[in-house]
Amino acid sequence: MSPVSNSTPALRLRNLRKTYKDVVAVDGMDLEVRRGECFGLLGPNGAGKTTTIEICEGLTAADAGEVELLGMRWETDEKALRQKLGIQLQETQLSDKLTVNETVRLFASFFHQGPSVHEVIAQAQLTEKRNARVGGLSGGQKQRLALGCALVGDPELLFLDEPTTGLDPQARRQLWDLIEEFKAGGRTILLTTHYMDEAERLCDRVAIMDHGRVIALATPRELIASIGIEHIVEFSVSGSAFDAGALHVIEGVRGVRHDNGSVQLQVTELHRAVPAVLEELTRSGVMLTELRTHSATLEDVFVTLTGRRLRDE
Amino acid sequence: MSRRDNPLIQLTLVRFREFLREPEALFWVFVFPLVLAAGLGIAFRNRPPDVVKIGAVGAPLTKSLAAEKLLDVTQYSLPEGEQALRTGKIALLAESSPQGQIAYHYDETNPDGRTARMLADSAVQRAAGRADPVASSDRLVREPGSRYIDFLIPGLLGMNLMGSGIWGLVFTIADARRKKLMKRLVATPMPRSYYLLSFLLSRLGFLVVEVFVLAGFGVFFFHVPMRGSWVGLFLLCIVGSVSFSGIGLLIASRVRTIEAASGLTNLVMMPMWVVSGVFFSASRFPDSVQPIIKALPLTALIDGLRAYMLQGEPLAHLAVEMAILCGWLAVCFTLALKIFRWR
Ligand SMILES: Nc1ncnc2c1ncn2[C@@H]1O[C@H](COP(=O)(O)OP(=O)(O)O)[C@@H](O)[C@H]1O
Ligand SMILES: [Mg+2]
Repeated sequence: MSPVSNSTPALRLRNLRKTYKDVVAVDGMDLEVRRGECFGLLGPNGAGKTTTIEICEGLTAADAGEVELLGMRWETDEKALRQKLGIQLQETQLSDKLTVNETVRLFASFFHQGPSVHEVIAQAQLTEKRNARVGGLSGGQKQRLALGCALVGDPELLFLDEPTTGLDPQARRQLWDLIEEFKAGGRTILLTTHYMDEAERLCDRVAIMDHGRVIALATPRELIASIGIEHIVEFSVSGSAFDAGALHVIEGVRGVRHDNGSVQLQVTELHRAVPAVLEELTRSGVMLTELRTHSATLEDVFVTLTGRRLRDE
Repeated sequence: MSRRDNPLIQLTLVRFREFLREPEALFWVFVFPLVLAAGLGIAFRNRPPDVVKIGAVGAPLTKSLAAEKLLDVTQYSLPEGEQALRTGKIALLAESSPQGQIAYHYDETNPDGRTARMLADSAVQRAAGRADPVASSDRLVREPGSRYIDFLIPGLLGMNLMGSGIWGLVFTIADARRKKLMKRLVATPMPRSYYLLSFLLSRLGFLVVEVFVLAGFGVFFFHVPMRGSWVGLFLLCIVGSVSFSGIGLLIASRVRTIEAASGLTNLVMMPMWVVSGVFFSASRFPDSVQPIIKALPLTALIDGLRAYMLQGEPLAHLAVEMAILCGWLAVCFTLALKIFRWR
């Protein structure tokens, strides 16, 4: 195998396209993932994240475009690439009848190198469960096992497709810890998610995807700064005749969204805006039933860019 | 860095584990055929010749009648004996008078009674020293190899090899595809040929058990003849089983759901259950369809098994059956590899 200089990017996509019948799943993607970074594809369901990542993994054929991984290509270097990639698919059910140990051992047998089965199981924090059947594991444990199976070959590049979807908050945090541990080893990760908090916590850089395209790409901090909003103020009022339009004129308020008695303000200076808003509410004689503020997140970036939310529940 | 396991061995172990941890599959492959063989073997067994129950009064007479194997004699006093005859417990009551004459009490409209009368009289006369003018002897034709159970065991063995060969493969592959497990395996450096080979290897392992359990059961409990060697039997079963794996692979090459898998599998297997001569001879079907029936893999396997086990034909004489099985394997396997969907 040719030694690949570390200056080549871990992953490079050029003008990638994929159409299913009448759906354009990936619509001209260009992307470069650097060595050693954790790169996130963030977007709502149907944005084309899975299609993109599976093209990178050599599991789906693109209609057009180029994919280069670790300086290699699928057409010529499939065998070498398979040894160097760690892959977790969005929805694999591992065999219920096998134990954790048997499952990891099976996956490990396909790779020339990598940590021992024992080490992988310890890394996935499943040592206590190593002789338990996969069918009896909790959702979080199954997902950690799937991650373990992706790590058996000590991959240079790790693909994670929605690693924490459907898990409870505690199981998600546990998985994040494992991913961060792997990241600390200096390896490259490409992960997809539709959770903004996951992208913010794990990713060095994030590409926001919508309708098969990248609509913004930067570090989470830069993305949030780019919308020029620092805080979000949300409140609900009772009493029907409330004119949210009046809030526009308040100093520091950049945007107002109003639906069904719930109002969302995009604000730059919290300490000036909030008292002014409260004053305005008192003046209009409406009852405040709820008030919340939070710092702007990637979710707010997505809302600002598309007018829609990441998750539609 | 640790020494890695062999992937083919690991995959084959997985096949064994998944099968052995599926109680229903174990039942259908190993227990059900035995229950079926035992049930049918008992239902269609050749009965031993009927023994007629009779009664006799007095010890000497009872003793001379007992010499006849087809009579079951009980000694009675006269009133007891008459009571037993009236209630149908015995078909005939023999009684000797003080003068040495024998009287037979029986109902002449009852066939058992008439048979008993002939047997008893002949036994009494022979005991009294009658010499038969013409010498005679019996040749009993109840030779193992021509009974229903003998016909049935090779049929069930063939049917079982078909069922486990096709269904085991189709179910596992369809399930792996549905759960995206196949896609996940293809995303590793696993050699794809190993995945398919693991089915073949595990099949061979289970085959030894299946053949031994079912054929052994027939041979040891029902004395079904085994006129060929066990090694030859296994060879024949391996050819048959591999052929069915090829058919299974073709069925499994594209199915995504268990429903489609079971539908297709039944479509392929059901006609063969009926026409290939598992339970009754395939020659009962019209001559016009015989060439088609003969070309079916299950017919070829069962015909081969019967010829080998019951008639002791050497394997070399079963070339036609072997060729049919290998032909099915070659066609199905080639086609399956062409259209197999690896995800
Ligand atoms: N195999 C497929 N056949 C048809 N349409 C598909 C297929 N896979 C994905 N799509 C469509 O492509 C679009 C992108 O899907 P996907 O890549 O799964 O998005 P995401 O992972 O971001 O939720 C969706 O509209 C989806 O319905
Ligand atoms: Mg997806």
